[in-house]
Amino acid sequence: MQFLQLMISGVSQGCIYGLIALGFVLIYKGTETVSFAQGELMMLGAFGGLACMTLMGFPFWLAILSAIAGMALFGMALERAVIRPILGQPAFSIVMLTIGVGYTARGLITMIPGIGTETYVLPVPYKDEIWTFGTLVVNVEQFVIIAATAVLCALLFVLFKYSKLGIAMQASSQNQLAAYYMGIPVQRLNGLVWGLAAAVAAIAGLLLAPITFVHANMGFIGLKAFPAAVVGGFSSLPGAIVGGLVIGLVESFSGFYLPDGFKDVAAYVVVLIMLMVKPSGLFGEKLRKKV
Amino acid sequence: MRFIFKTDYRQDIRLAKHPGHVFWYSALVLLLLAAPWLFAEYWLAQLTFVLIYAIAGLGLMLLAGFTGLFSLGHAAFLGVGAYAQAVLTNAGWPFPIALACAAGLSAAMGLVVGLPALRVKGIYLGMATLSFGFIIEEVFARWESVTGGNAGMHIKAPSMFGWTVSSGEAFYFLCLGITVAATLGLLNLLRAPTGRAFVAIRDSEISAQSMGIHLARYKTLSFALSAALAGIAGALYAHKLQFISPEQFNILQSIDLLLMIVIGGLGSVHGVFLGAIFLITMPQAISMVKDYLPAVIGQAPGLQAAVYGLVLIGFVLFEPMGLYGRWLKIRAYLQLFPFYRKGMFKRQKSFQKSDRLK
Repeated sequence: MQFLQLMISGVSQGCIYGLIALGFVLIYKGTETVSFAQGELMMLGAFGGLACMTLMGFPFWLAILSAIAGMALFGMALERAVIRPILGQPAFSIVMLTIGVGYTARGLITMIPGIGTETYVLPVPYKDEIWTFGTLVVNVEQFVIIAATAVLCALLFVLFKYSKLGIAMQASSQNQLAAYYMGIPVQRLNGLVWGLAAAVAAIAGLLLAPITFVHANMGFIGLKAFPAAVVGGFSSLPGAIVGGLVIGLVESFSGFYLPDGFKDVAAYVVVLIMLMVKPSGLFGEKLRKKV
Repeated sequence: MRFIFKTDYRQDIRLAKHPGHVFWYSALVLLLLAAPWLFAEYWLAQLTFVLIYAIAGLGLMLLAGFTGLFSLGHAAFLGVGAYAQAVLTNAGWPFPIALACAAGLSAAMGLVVGLPALRVKGIYLGMATLSFGFIIEEVFARWESVTGGNAGMHIKAPSMFGWTVSSGEAFYFLCLGITVAATLGLLNLLRAPTGRAFVAIRDSEISAQSMGIHLARYKTLSFALSAALAGIAGALYAHKLQFISPEQFNILQSIDLLLMIVIGGLGSVHGVFLGAIFLITMPQAISMVKDYLPAVIGQAPGLQAAVYGLVLIGFVLFEPMGLYGRWLKIRAYLQLFPFYRKGMFKRQKSFQKSDRLK
């Protein structure tokens, strides 16, 4: 039973990592840049949801949807304002830029008087409910995380497999110039990719909020999502979720079976081993330039 | 406008290209030597920090700016140096030997971390170094018998051969000497074949390889040298603060180091020093203007992070060459007056090139 219990908590934590990693992968696939601001976008999403629910008094579903939509718009605006001007520059400039965006977001949230330095509970209807199956105890919060992740994955799968938009995104991720010649509006697509990534981050934030509370530093969990993305292969969407699950499970089990301190570094040990053994990740595509 | 007529091959690799260099750098050295008598004690301490960060920055610049390998966990090397120095000094070792051991241990760590760099690059290397940084930080926190854990540890003043460096002035001169040696060493390395090989690897791995540069050897060498410099800086940092704890060497410190060299100007030794000055004076400047701002903004705890972020965004967007690039533009403007054109330093438009195809 203990094993199963640990597994469920690992899976639900892994889903959060997976969702944030999904944001990295979406942006990496779409624009071949790495966003270090993903954790902060998640934090902004959680704060957005909080503001909608408590300050504006929206009903639950409306608040969730408006927070996600708001973050999508924010992501697109961010892409237009700071990412697009340096498109085509070395990848490292964009990494530094997104680190800057993350710093700024965290700083600005902390600066809001009376709100930024506090910790909040997101008032969700399923708060503190527990299901028991025999001796197994499942937090509804954990169940919601797992279910929402599954639904989101299915939606993204359909988007990328069947919709024109998704196929265009795949094309531009494989070769921007060729996609541009084929008449795909690459720049507008990049904006949409950032919007999508920000929306996914917001969902992750809203799912995580009932468990860890909403505070300005919750974005640091994004640093655990990097190992997830690497383990899954940085350019594979299902890989991000699987990587997240791997990291979540490893963390959950090592926290229980190994001595103190291993829980915090387990993710990084796994990623180092992965980079040594198979740098392209579990599901990464292996591309070779042929001469 | 100055025209240099080259009449000798040696002129190409001379460190001082013309008499102006000799004059200005001598003036700078004189100023730095006179600093303890010119500045108040507080500012001298800040200047010492600038020198310490500059040493670490030289290391990171060698790695990121000249070899093109980015490390997101450089604070770990700083920490290894600091803890090695603390443990050895407290065990009674003289300063130079402890410093050499700290640098050596750090360099050995750099070799180990450099190994993944042979297989992965770009963002994957960033991940590897980031992970390494987290693991080392946790080791510092957990290995309590040596590092004192989260409670931190104290370190004695540096002493060598019966002479103890106890005053701030003496320590400043110690740092100044090591900084000058490190800078000259790096400049000398960069004009030697090894440094040229690093730059060639940065510009194109494939062409470097076809010129006969052993990629694996030079990449690990770059990591080791960079880590050694960071280790020396860490050792001095430990002596300066006299107290070290694991959270001084976390991811934020690594990002601060990166921020320093990006704002200073990637790929220039001047940039390291400009960046270090920026990094040290920025918090002072913020706390100075704090009182003049409305309380809502001035007293908010997140002000510093927000300003850092905005400055970083601004530099990446508008001044990718950093502070040193800005100085180059000003110099070109003055030299060419009135013929400076706006588009002279314009960035080239380019399409994204894929890293995924090797």
